[in-house]
Amino acid sequence: MPEQQYEPGTHPDLPPPFAASGPVKWVRENLFSSPTNIALTVLAMFFLYKIIPGMFAWTFTDATFVAADRNECRALNSGACWAFIAQRWELFTYGFYPETERWRVIITFVLFVATVILLLWEKCPGRQYRFIVGALFPMVALWLIVGGSSTEAALMAYAAALVVAYFVYQRFGHNLSARFWFSLLAFVLVAIGVYTLWTAMGWSMLEHVSTDKFGGFMLTLIIGVTGITLSLPLGILLALGRQSNLPIIKYACIGFIEFIRGVPLITLLFVASTMLSYFLPPGTNFDLLLRVLIMVTLFASAYMAEVIRGGLQAVPKGQTEAADAMGLKYGPAMRLIVLPQALKISIPGIVNTFIGLYKDSVLVIVIGLLDPLGIGQASLADTKWQGLSTEVYLFVAIFFFVSCYAMASYSRHLEDKLHTGHKR
Amino acid sequence: MSNGTAIGGAGSLPQRNALSRLWNNKEARSVIVQIIALILIIGLFASMVTNAIANLEAIGKGFSFKFLGQPANYDINQRLIEYNSQSSHFRAMQVGILNTLLVAISGVILATILGFILGVLRLSKNWLTNKIALVYIEYIRNVPVLLHILLVHGLMVHSLPKPKSAIPVGDGSFLTNRGFFMPKPLPEDLMWVVIGLFFAGLVFAFFFRRWAKKVQDATGKIYPVFWISLAAIVVVPVLAYFALGQPVNWDTPELKGFNFKGGMVIRPEFIALWLALSFYTAAFIGEIVRAGILAVSHGQTEASMALGVSRGRTLKLVVIPQALRVIVPPLSSQYLNITKNSSLALAIGYMDITATIGGISLNQTGREMECMIIVMGLYLIASLMISMFMNWYNKRIKLVER
Repeated sequence: MPEQQYEPGTHPDLPPPFAASGPVKWVRENLFSSPTNIALTVLAMFFLYKIIPGMFAWTFTDATFVAADRNECRALNSGACWAFIAQRWELFTYGFYPETERWRVIITFVLFVATVILLLWEKCPGRQYRFIVGALFPMVALWLIVGGSSTEAALMAYAAALVVAYFVYQRFGHNLSARFWFSLLAFVLVAIGVYTLWTAMGWSMLEHVSTDKFGGFMLTLIIGVTGITLSLPLGILLALGRQSNLPIIKYACIGFIEFIRGVPLITLLFVASTMLSYFLPPGTNFDLLLRVLIMVTLFASAYMAEVIRGGLQAVPKGQTEAADAMGLKYGPAMRLIVLPQALKISIPGIVNTFIGLYKDSVLVIVIGLLDPLGIGQASLADTKWQGLSTEVYLFVAIFFFVSCYAMASYSRHLEDKLHTGHKR
Repeated sequence: MSNGTAIGGAGSLPQRNALSRLWNNKEARSVIVQIIALILIIGLFASMVTNAIANLEAIGKGFSFKFLGQPANYDINQRLIEYNSQSSHFRAMQVGILNTLLVAISGVILATILGFILGVLRLSKNWLTNKIALVYIEYIRNVPVLLHILLVHGLMVHSLPKPKSAIPVGDGSFLTNRGFFMPKPLPEDLMWVVIGLFFAGLVFAFFFRRWAKKVQDATGKIYPVFWISLAAIVVVPVLAYFALGQPVNWDTPELKGFNFKGGMVIRPEFIALWLALSFYTAAFIGEIVRAGILAVSHGQTEASMALGVSRGRTLKLVVIPQALRVIVPPLSSQYLNITKNSSLALAIGYMDITATIGGISLNQTGREMECMIIVMGLYLIASLMISMFMNWYNKRIKLVER
């Protein structure tokens, strides 16, 4: 073969050897780099070979999607019996929410998704209205989901009072404090007036749905979203209280946090369901779902407080001292200097607490609320479908996996976005 | 500024009224705030207690722990101590405490082992094992632990065979949907010698390790401490066991009618709870271990290698001690979580504290207040004890600073 001669330094670059580039290199480096590595790869391959085909067949190829009962399922095929889930899909989604009223849940869910997108997506159009929307959504959701005259009266009274108070604040009074007192007075008067009027007239736009009809994924979302939105501010307050140099406030916060963190959520839910009425003035009683929401929020806020305390401790003391030196009072110093830094540091922990709260919402089955797991267990008691626990639990597990994984991914994205230091 | 003169700062203070002066004094304000808080807290507690007394009196219940002495009238199938339906509620509570401790301790052990394996796999350079561990961790962490427990329990009850067609495991053990049946050891007198030797081996290993360290500090001579300890703890008792002619009788389970008789049985409830709790917590521990090992700077390993320390000793003497400092605090909160999550036993009928005294006893006697106080108190004590132990351990391995 005639070999071409090159002047030194003029030889064109050759492609790298076959084994040192592309997929071959990747495989060699990542799967077969050393004897132990080869052994691990072979072992892992064997493991996957043993598990994956069987699971795939059970879930898809051998599964039954349409059948009347369990026996038909088993007769048709050997795998999973998804027909059960398909038949009870609505129960799993809405619980026992009246069928004619379910459009309200759907609208609320759509609004919820829209609000979440508006709040979380930085490039969303109309983002300047996010605070108004964020403040309005809970009220609209409450109205849509619960409905009924007294709920509407309260919401209407609140809304009307807010509007009137705003106008009073704009128009009346010569100085700030007079304006404030005038508008507060207007707020109270209008609120009481509208509430009494509305309830006295018995006006009602949407039929009342009692909360014991709630169930399924809807209930999980209600508990999760309420708990998440309320536990963060409460957790921040508790964390600041624990860091406070006022001993009584500090020890009150420590006592609360340590007590809540020391007992399992189940016992707190028991207390909420069976014992809470003992501690209230005789004769008072309020909605079980509301009690559960309060307990779940308190529970999560104690964990949240500890996470945020970690963040607060990580903010250098010089920051507080600098704020003091600038003449900032405690409130603005915390709000403008310390908390933004502390919260940024504790994002992973905060989101983990959110995820924990969301997952813990399944525990409400022990006090008889019908979340998806409760619906599943109740359905399994049906003799037509006995013994399909694996299908039911896997189905619910997938729902939780998707929502929790989404939360975790957003947290990672947020961490990246807020990372202002140098990446190594 | 309401009065228009309050621009001059300190000079304008005397013109304000006494209340606002008090409020603007930092120390006075902190005292006022605390007094208000104290009044609110005491008021809240006082109203709760008076309400509780009034409410309990209204339904004629009173408040006493006397019911603990009455017979419980229910059965507990998985128990570590003697118990029958005529035993008292107090005895039922003891059974519950032991069951909680059993599942918590065995869960902690298995979760730690699995968690460390997972953490190491997540750090492995092998792409495949790394990703398998990742998928496992992501799946487990994003699904509620109650679902895992129910899923494992459901799989055991519905997928394992009935006792008639049990899966034999080894010699004389059987896996069925009613639990894991295995032979029960009935030790003869000579067996106590073997057990004694085992404990003697433990004591020997402890002192030998101390002595070997002293020798190494003084002379630099290194003894194979691990192998000698292993021989003392394991090999000697095993040899003695065979030398004494295997002084143990085995009560093997046998199929009689529809179920096994004799031997020991581990109920599916326990197995499901134990496995699910361990698998769940192991995923969290895996991430903790990974973060801990990554937190040790690579320079430490390089420096150790440069000094000619072998790879194994580098790991043992340089990397792991430093990683442990990062790992222990979050690890202790995972141990607490196992203990608290074991209360989910209620959902599958494993009789722990929550299911005995906080479940059946509560329902039978109707004494919610007393039962819940006992249950919560027990969990609080357990939590405090674990955190105290972990704080002590944390202090022991902490870096000694100036």
